[in-house]
Parts: sequence; C-alpha cells; structure tokens
Amino acid sequence: MQQEMAQDPKKTRMIEQIDDNLKRVYNEILKEQVPDRFKDLLEQLKEKERRK
Amino acid sequence: MMAPSELAYGPGDAPFPDPRDEITNFLSPMRAFAISLTRNMSSADDLVQDTIVKAWGNIDKFQPGTNMQAWLFTILRNTFYSDRRKTRREVPDPDGIHAAALFEMPAHHGRLAFNDFKQAFDQLSVEHREVLILVGASGFSTEESAEMLGVAIGTVKSRTSRARKRLAELMGLEDEDDLMGQGEKATPAAVTKPRQFVS
Repeated sequence: MQQEMAQDPKKTRMIEQIDDNLKRVYNEILKEQVPDRFKDLLEQLKEKERRK
Repeated sequence: MMAPSELAYGPGDAPFPDPRDEITNFLSPMRAFAISLTRNMSSADDLVQDTIVKAWGNIDKFQPGTNMQAWLFTILRNTFYSDRRKTRREVPDPDGIHAAALFEMPAHHGRLAFNDFKQAFDQLSVEHREVLILVGASGFSTEESAEMLGVAIGTVKSRTSRARKRLAELMGLEDEDDLMGQGEKATPAAVTKPRQFVS
C-alpha cells in the first residue's frame, strides 16, 4: 500500500485489518447464489421489450 | 484475492452491445451493497429488484463506456434513501439475518474476530456503512465514490476516516492500543488511495 506520508504503523495495520474484514463481508455476499427472482425479472423485462 | 470474472467490466470490448444485457453481471455486487445499506435480506432484495426495474427503464441515461456498476449503485442508493424518507425509519434486522446467519464463519487467526467486526459494522450509521463498502470493500476510487455519494472528495476522505475510527471504537480496539491515533489530524493517505475493483 502506497503512502504519501509517514504514518503510525499501528494505524496503518488497523486500516488494513478493517479493509480485509470489509472485503470479507462483501465477498461473502458476492459468492452467494443470486436469487432466481432477479434473473427472472430481467427475462420478463426483455420479453416485454421484444413484444413492443 | 480474485474477484469473479463476471465482475470485470471492459468498456468497449464489444461493438455497442445493449448495456441492459450487462445488468445481470452486477446482481451480486448490487445485493452486497443493498445488504450493507438495509442490513436486512428481504429489504435488500426488494431494493435490488426496484433498482433493476429503474435501470432497465432509464438505460438511455447510462453512458456506454462508463462504469455500469457505479451507475447501478447510484440508482440503488438513491432508491434506498428515497424509500427511507418515505418510511422515515431504518429497516431493522428483526431476524438477525445479517448479523448472524448470513456470515457465520470462524474468525481467522491473526484477524479481528469476524463476528465482532460484523456486529460493529451493523452499528455504524448508514453514511459510514456506505462509504466503507464503496471505498474499503468494493474498491471504488475516492473520486468515483464522491460522485456516487454526491459529496466532495474531501468529504469522502474524512467520512471514511471517521467511519474506520468509529468501527475501531465499536470493537473496543481504540482504547487498547490507540490504533487509530488521537485527534485524527493525519491525512489517512493509505485509506484514500484509489483501488481497482479487482483486488
């Protein structure tokens, strides 16, 4: 991680830990199966478009 | 850590495809952002659904070649705040889904206890949650985040810094080691470095 100025290494480590955890929270959801309702909805919208 | 390849967005890869076909590639990130805003699974899914319908109907306002995820996140966020103003309350997490069932997993050695982290995260204000997810987790640059949040870049930086500080406080880490420093005078350069989405 690039730094523009000297920083308290503890603080930097803290920020890294927080970001690691944020990414874990976020990535856990990314790994989940997306509910079918969204793909179904997109299909419906597309179908409606075709009938226009 | 590799992001799923479906998240990679290459503007101009194909000759003018229908941008609506790309919405499907951002369903997971939209859900992740929606959950972090609502802290409630069913509200989050309703929010994603509304966002899809709005994005579909307003696709003419999307500029091809720009970041579609940022565009979708902006719609999602605007929808969230608009709903929130209507109901004048934040949706709670009555089932504790977000707090417990969804992310239940053991903390890794050498990391902050993950469950403590999630609980602390859910206690943050929505302004803090969204800035941390945008800048800290989903890897948007400070500039992109500022645009999505409709605030100045400096505001994104200071808000990110305060959100991290608050998170540390909620986890009881600040008193112990004074990890976040005192007075918050230093510019958190490391915090605000733009990051690529794929990290």
